[in-house]
Amino acid sequence: MIETLGIWMAAFLTLCILSFLYKDNPFYKFAEHLFVGLSAAYWAVYYYFNILLPNLIQPLFGHGQLLLIIPLVLGIMMIMRLFPKVGWVSRWPLAFIVGSYSGYNLITYLQSKALEQVRATLVPFIQIESWKNLFTNPGVMTFLNAIAVPVVVVGVTTGVIYFFFSKEHKGVFGGFARIGVWFLMIAFGASFGYTVMARISLLIGRVYFLLHDWLGLIQ
Amino acid sequence: MKKEIPLLITFIAGMVMILQFFIPHRPFSDLQQLFNTWFLIITVFAMILGLGNLFKVHTKRLQRRPKGWWYSIVLLAGFAIMFTVGMVWGPARGTPFDYLFWNVHIPMSSMMFALLAFFVASASYRAFRARTPEATLLLVSAILVMIGRVPLGNYIWDKLPLIGDWIMSYPNMAGQRAIMIGIALGIVSTSLRIILGIERTYLSGK
Repeated sequence: MIETLGIWMAAFLTLCILSFLYKDNPFYKFAEHLFVGLSAAYWAVYYYFNILLPNLIQPLFGHGQLLLIIPLVLGIMMIMRLFPKVGWVSRWPLAFIVGSYSGYNLITYLQSKALEQVRATLVPFIQIESWKNLFTNPGVMTFLNAIAVPVVVVGVTTGVIYFFFSKEHKGVFGGFARIGVWFLMIAFGASFGYTVMARISLLIGRVYFLLHDWLGLIQ
Repeated sequence: MKKEIPLLITFIAGMVMILQFFIPHRPFSDLQQLFNTWFLIITVFAMILGLGNLFKVHTKRLQRRPKGWWYSIVLLAGFAIMFTVGMVWGPARGTPFDYLFWNVHIPMSSMMFALLAFFVASASYRAFRARTPEATLLLVSAILVMIGRVPLGNYIWDKLPLIGDWIMSYPNMAGQRAIMIGIALGIVSTSLRIILGIERTYLSGK
């Protein structure tokens, strides 16, 4: 009984949101507001049980770790932003968040998103095995595999050149930057296609739910 | 004082986080752990601030009664029910909170994202025009990736799925990598500016 009720609720709310394809209507607005309220509550409960309880409430009030009064006070100062007269005190916790996040990201991004990416690009330009494979078994895929590494090296180098704005994109430098733009366009196109397919698979999942779980029309 | 102390806090917090990478010993390793915990706690309070703002906006709507004000009741009621159920029974599997999550929250969030498929399709139909070589590359790469991931692609030519995968693995990765390197360098310079107090826009406002 409770399971059936859950399926009917899910089906009703799915159809409410789907109705937006016709036009903005009260059913969609109802589902939209319910979604915002529910999501906010979900994350509030999640953060309470997974962060506040084990990291603040239990250690501070259960084990007497008095040092945790500092983040508690900073947290309360953060909420003061809701009151315009004393809102300026929220700058202190904000400064802490911004400072520690900046310090942490400065190193981790430099390490993982810059140096590691450069290191991964510094590979032998000619992959002997791939080229041997191309000459023994010529075809579209063997050709694409043979040129894969040069494509990556040229793509990364020219892409980075495009992002270098301290020099005007003219002449040879401009030509490299243009090639960089082509690679960026391919990347945007591929990401777009990938995102569309992900959304379509979600849609298939919802339609399957309606036709299988709710209506029982397909096996 | 309203700006000097926050700048000092930013500097100390940032420097501790940087130094612990180079000196992974006491007291910096301890300080890093301590700051991480504080960071988590304060971000939860930042979320509470967001919730406070949400309540403020919607209780104002209930007082002023503009058009569609009753949707605010739906929002607040949805919040109250989910929050109460979560706090009373906890978020474990098999609880009423879990039931609401799977039967109300998940269907709505999946459908919200699935809805974007229609809008992306209609927007791309209107905006995608192969007017320049760059636009053509974007269009062709998107079509190859999409068609390579459906049975039709394999039906047209059995190499299409492989070509779609190749585009994702090499030219796409090259572009993404260039973007990532650009982002990383941007983050490094911005972080340095913030820690050293050159960038202060986050302190503006009341």
